[in-house]
Amino acid sequence: MPEGRGRVRDSEMIRVNNKFDVEWQEGTTVNSILKILKFTFPMVVVSVNGKIVPRSEYGTTRIGDNDAVKVIHLVAGG
Amino acid sequence: MSTKDIQKMRQAHKVLAEFDYELSEVEKGYANRTLYVNLSDNAIASKPVTQQMKDVFTGGKGFGLWLLWNGVTGDTKWNDPENEIVIASGPIGGTTQYPGAGKSLVVSISPTTHSVMDSNVGGHFGPLLKFAGWDALEIQGQAEKDVIVFIDGNEGKVTIEEAPEEAVDSHLIGEQMAEMFADTEREKRDISTVSAGSGADHALIGCLNFSWYDVRRKKVRFKQAGRGGIGTVLRDKKIKALVVKYGGGKAAANNPADRKRITKVGSRINQEIRDYDAVQNRMRNTGTAYLVTIMNDYDLLPVHNFKFGAHPEVERLSREVWESKFTQGLPDGCWLGCTMSCSHAVDGYTVRTGPYKGQVVIVDGPEYETIAGCGSSCGIFDPDALLEINFYCDTYGLDTISFGTSTAFIMECYEAGILNKEITDGLDLNFGNADAALELLHQMGQGEGFGAIVGQGIRRMKHIFAQEYGGDPRFMQDIGMEAKGLEYSEYVTKESLAQQGGYGLASKGPQHDEAWLIFMDMVNNQLPTFEDKAEALHYFPVWRTWFGLCGLCKLPWNDITPTDNAETDEPSKIPEHVQNYVELFSGVTGREVTKEDLITMSEQVYNFQRVFNLKMGFGTRQHDAIPYRSMGPVTVEEYESRTERYDRQLKELVGCDPEGKTTEEKMAALRAYREEQYELLIDVVYKRRGWTPDGIPTPETLKRLHIDFPDVLELVRQHIE
Repeated sequence: MPEGRGRVRDSEMIRVNNKFDVEWQEGTTVNSILKILKFTFPMVVVSVNGKIVPRSEYGTTRIGDNDAVKVIHLVAGG
Repeated sequence: MSTKDIQKMRQAHKVLAEFDYELSEVEKGYANRTLYVNLSDNAIASKPVTQQMKDVFTGGKGFGLWLLWNGVTGDTKWNDPENEIVIASGPIGGTTQYPGAGKSLVVSISPTTHSVMDSNVGGHFGPLLKFAGWDALEIQGQAEKDVIVFIDGNEGKVTIEEAPEEAVDSHLIGEQMAEMFADTEREKRDISTVSAGSGADHALIGCLNFSWYDVRRKKVRFKQAGRGGIGTVLRDKKIKALVVKYGGGKAAANNPADRKRITKVGSRINQEIRDYDAVQNRMRNTGTAYLVTIMNDYDLLPVHNFKFGAHPEVERLSREVWESKFTQGLPDGCWLGCTMSCSHAVDGYTVRTGPYKGQVVIVDGPEYETIAGCGSSCGIFDPDALLEINFYCDTYGLDTISFGTSTAFIMECYEAGILNKEITDGLDLNFGNADAALELLHQMGQGEGFGAIVGQGIRRMKHIFAQEYGGDPRFMQDIGMEAKGLEYSEYVTKESLAQQGGYGLASKGPQHDEAWLIFMDMVNNQLPTFEDKAEALHYFPVWRTWFGLCGLCKLPWNDITPTDNAETDEPSKIPEHVQNYVELFSGVTGREVTKEDLITMSEQVYNFQRVFNLKMGFGTRQHDAIPYRSMGPVTVEEYESRTERYDRQLKELVGCDPEGKTTEEKMAALRAYREEQYELLIDVVYKRRGWTPDGIPTPETLKRLHIDFPDVLELVRQHIE
């Protein structure tokens, strides 16, 4: 899992959960972000700029540079 | 084992006491009495359940703590006859229309923490006990010779019987008790047994096995009340088995106030599990074993005694591996009606080592905790080795979490040169040596060799290794993953301050059933401030306590999620399911409650347990300390495995430029910061919980929660003043 980054953002980064920065490239989708961050937990809720993305659209929803992405893992386990 | 063998065993029994009682129906979830058995003077009695008990303690762990509080003094040791084992279900326990209603809660004074311990376990015992007529079973005293206690809920009779011929190990005695007390094959489903094993005769980390009869496999299976050594207490009392039999109808036996309310929410969640488990956590196929590779992906899987959070060989322990080993297509129901069915088993396993070598058995599990604790934390990635360890831990009556975390500790001590082959009786205890780990387990079973020392648990081992082998006490304090005397369960908490608190502040010791905040904190970043963390460390431990008051398993709460959960205000709380539980409680008991009331019920018991710790000489801030391994890198190896992460944190959080510093200097700076963070967290959490800065519930808090009994107030005032 990539590390949480600092307070200063580069312009071509996507911030996830206000903690993890993922380098933005043309064509980045929700699925790509989940893959890069190794977010493999099955029960997550993804929103982009406050709007929830249905799971069926993870592969097709493009993320723009500077988009605020949230990947909320629903607490389970234990 | 033939019918003749069983008859011979039964004939060898000597009945020491008999108690006849009137059978009566459960009313709105309560049997309204508890059963008291004293093995020193062979006394058996019925005690009433008062309205105050229901109002303040609700049931389950609440009843257990209340009975134990009144049964022991602050000086009672775990092996005094005065110590008790109390087992209770709860008002919702035994419900068949809602999943996860088979839990029993067990309390006792622990051999490793020396304070009040609670442990929860699924299966049939709790519900059958209640339907047999008892909201709790309270065992005190110590028998002269090995006994069984048999509660016959068909006849209304309780007996204490000397039982010289029965086995001690659970996979044998479970079948023996089913054969002995069932008059027909069908009746075996009406019987449940609590037992430990020969390991619990010698080690302090003994667990309890609770049996349930699997009608499809026609075999006895087991769930464990693992934590805290209560199996050791059972064997210290010379109990081979506690057996309950109840043959009446189960579906309606809880006699709820309003069955329709229960059926409505039950139907909805059962459908949800059937429809969505396969695309969510796959509990019905894999159980908790699904978590292993996920934890690895997030750097949270304990590897080599919690040094690291991931390992390249983890795929050998993946969900797919376990799914291929677990028999599929056989619903592994724990209590009747549970659609989650997460208790998986490996059938037809041939035992490779030890006294049962060559036997073909069922291995119940492994669960995530066993895989991580006995597997990755020990550097063992062989699934078959884990099946062998799982089988023997269970039948010997040893807690797999404590066994795994203790073994990981000694492996690190071995590799650090504190231990050597001379000390370990020739065992080469490097990480990864599964054969050596198994040998330790067998030694624990026999009470001999180095294994007998490991069975004392980490807190005692630290002391022994310092005194007798010259181990550095500070190093061992840092790497010995125990707090309050209980070994850690299996999550790496270095990057989650909230979970460090979740473990460190847990009443019994570092067991995750109180709080599991790692993802909320570390990944979701939903708890950025101390106040956020404190609020989570107030709500979740208290919410999770509630299940144990009612006889419920918490897995159906959040191991399955409604499809629209994301759109709710607080998705991490799974609001629809919380409302289900409101309906369930009101529907069973007839008491109209709100979700806030459920929290209050739990706060009462949670705070009472904190004061109980105080009674036993603990329960203050100093006892909430945690080993540094749970907070940060202890060794250079650990720091340098994540240099980028730690260097960045030094710069951004600590205000310390790592440039030009040695690893040791950087570690010292990071450590000072992290230790301070933990202390600041405790300050805020105590305040939120209504406790003093020393971690004691204030008199105002006790009064608000109606647990300001005179002896409770007096105890607290003494400490505050």
